[in-house]
Amino acid sequence: MDTYSFLRHFADSWMLLLMTLLFIGIVIFAFRPGSRRVHDDAAQSIFRNDKRPAPAEAEAARRNFKEA
Amino acid sequence: MWDYVKLIVLGVIAVLAAIGANYAHDLAYQVNAIVVMLAAGLTFLWVLRHMDEPVVVATNEYNDGVVRAGVIATAFWGAVGFLVGVVIAFQLAFPSLNIPGVEGILNFGRLRPLHTSAVIFAFGGNALIMSAFYIVQRTCATRLWGGNLGWFVFWGWQLMIVLAATSYVLGGTQSKEYAETVWYIDLWIVVVWVSFLLVFLGTLMNRKEPHIYVANWFLLSMIVTVAMLHVVNNLAVPISPFSSKSVSAFGGVQDAMTQWWYGHNAVGFFLTAGFLGMMYYFVPKQAERPVYSYKLSIIHFWALIFLYIWAGPHHLHYTALPDWAATLGMTFSIMLWMPSWGGMINGLMTLSGAWDKLRTDPIIRMMVVSIGFYGMSTFEGPMMSIKAVNSLSHYTDWTIGHVHSGALGWNGMITFGALYFLTPRLWNRERLYSLSLVSWHFWLATIGIVLYAASMWVTGIMEGLMWREVDANGFLVNAFADTVAAKYPMYVVRGLGGVMYLTGALIMCYNLVMTVRAQPAKASQAAAVPAE
Repeated sequence: MDTYSFLRHFADSWMLLLMTLLFIGIVIFAFRPGSRRVHDDAAQSIFRNDKRPAPAEAEAARRNFKEA
Repeated sequence: MWDYVKLIVLGVIAVLAAIGANYAHDLAYQVNAIVVMLAAGLTFLWVLRHMDEPVVVATNEYNDGVVRAGVIATAFWGAVGFLVGVVIAFQLAFPSLNIPGVEGILNFGRLRPLHTSAVIFAFGGNALIMSAFYIVQRTCATRLWGGNLGWFVFWGWQLMIVLAATSYVLGGTQSKEYAETVWYIDLWIVVVWVSFLLVFLGTLMNRKEPHIYVANWFLLSMIVTVAMLHVVNNLAVPISPFSSKSVSAFGGVQDAMTQWWYGHNAVGFFLTAGFLGMMYYFVPKQAERPVYSYKLSIIHFWALIFLYIWAGPHHLHYTALPDWAATLGMTFSIMLWMPSWGGMINGLMTLSGAWDKLRTDPIIRMMVVSIGFYGMSTFEGPMMSIKAVNSLSHYTDWTIGHVHSGALGWNGMITFGALYFLTPRLWNRERLYSLSLVSWHFWLATIGIVLYAASMWVTGIMEGLMWREVDANGFLVNAFADTVAAKYPMYVVRGLGGVMYLTGALIMCYNLVMTVRAQPAKASQAAAVPAE
């Protein structure tokens, strides 16, 4: 099979399947249990640190939040 | 030490540019070489005068200087780009405006790429760079990475704009729509764009927030994808190091497909993903509410990324492109309805519970109208990509109307909203100079877009129908010149719409200048904010 036909065939079979599964996987991951708290925190993050960068202690505090 | 290296590099560049100007094969190359020589010389002087100054990095402050410069550049290039647009709109309505004395420099064919590049890359590009630098610092809670690299990106981008503009009017072009810049400007864009990527990635890596906010995903995807598209579409061999002419690495239909793979994703990633990044930050900030659904924004992002890259072939329906490729492009374009409208709903619903702000805040009104136009043009686009519709709409003014409802409505309005949002904050002012001037701008721009889009629908569909009209014997009824004559009134209306949009932008410039000049500064932050 020439390169064109091979790539053409590969693109509309395995590659298409892989990308579809990858996308569905991402969507399922977005809805995983426990994601709400992470997402709410991220959505609120634009209202923090508006004036100046977070100091180093805040960074540690945020890490703890993540682990908790 | 580092300053000496800079001086040597800049000196070498200036000398090489002078040599290039001397041996230039064509005028565009010669003028560009002189511009590069001057730019390198000025930068040389600036570095020389600031030799051995101690470098002070205030890590407890954001790097807002470069964002302020971006605000000025965005407003300035916006006004220039809209002005050129108005000029060429009237050149189409009144061909005598192609003034014979400057034929070959200021005629429609030379000014058209100047207009498109000025609004997309100068206005839109500066808007994206300034927003990216502002948003990534705030959402990562850390100073912009790379020291002065951010300034290099800013000034490098301005140099690119000046080079492209002087090149276009003197005939430098590689004849690819939205990628007209000749090979050496393309190389320079790569240098600047990779620096942009590094600054953005470096800041993300230094972030003090655990999660990367979704606006940054859109902005990063814009930077990465545009780099890839730009490099592949501009693969070419120059015919001489002293000529602006080059030969594309691809031929025939492959070249056309590569160009529209680039061209459509320039729309999809530069003008959509990047500006969605702006939407996901500035709309919630201005509304003072978090985005409606963060999960939806994640799905919006990935659906857009997975689908957009395939939509390019819809620009090549009924051409030498294989039918399956055109069908693929059409199918993916139609699927794009879903993420586009998901994103629009997410943006609009961010205001749920705060709809009263629409009455009191003209800036949020501007942003909401921009999201409305995003929804409208992402409905129209997939519809036009359907082959049966495309056979009527393609090559007509309908396409121009579609592009402008997206560019003026979506990109323009969200950028104006961002400029109104940023200026008081960056210059530490209490508020904008005048909200009623914002309302004036809003209505002038909105009515201008409506005039523009409506006249282009009428003239586009009319022209498409006239082209395909045949008589009982199967002969074409209309000559091409008949369609041109029939379009005249709509072209005048379109030009007036452009004048209104330009007037609105000039009012905005005045308002922003007066905000900085006339408004009292806020009380010093140092006293108000504890050291934490």
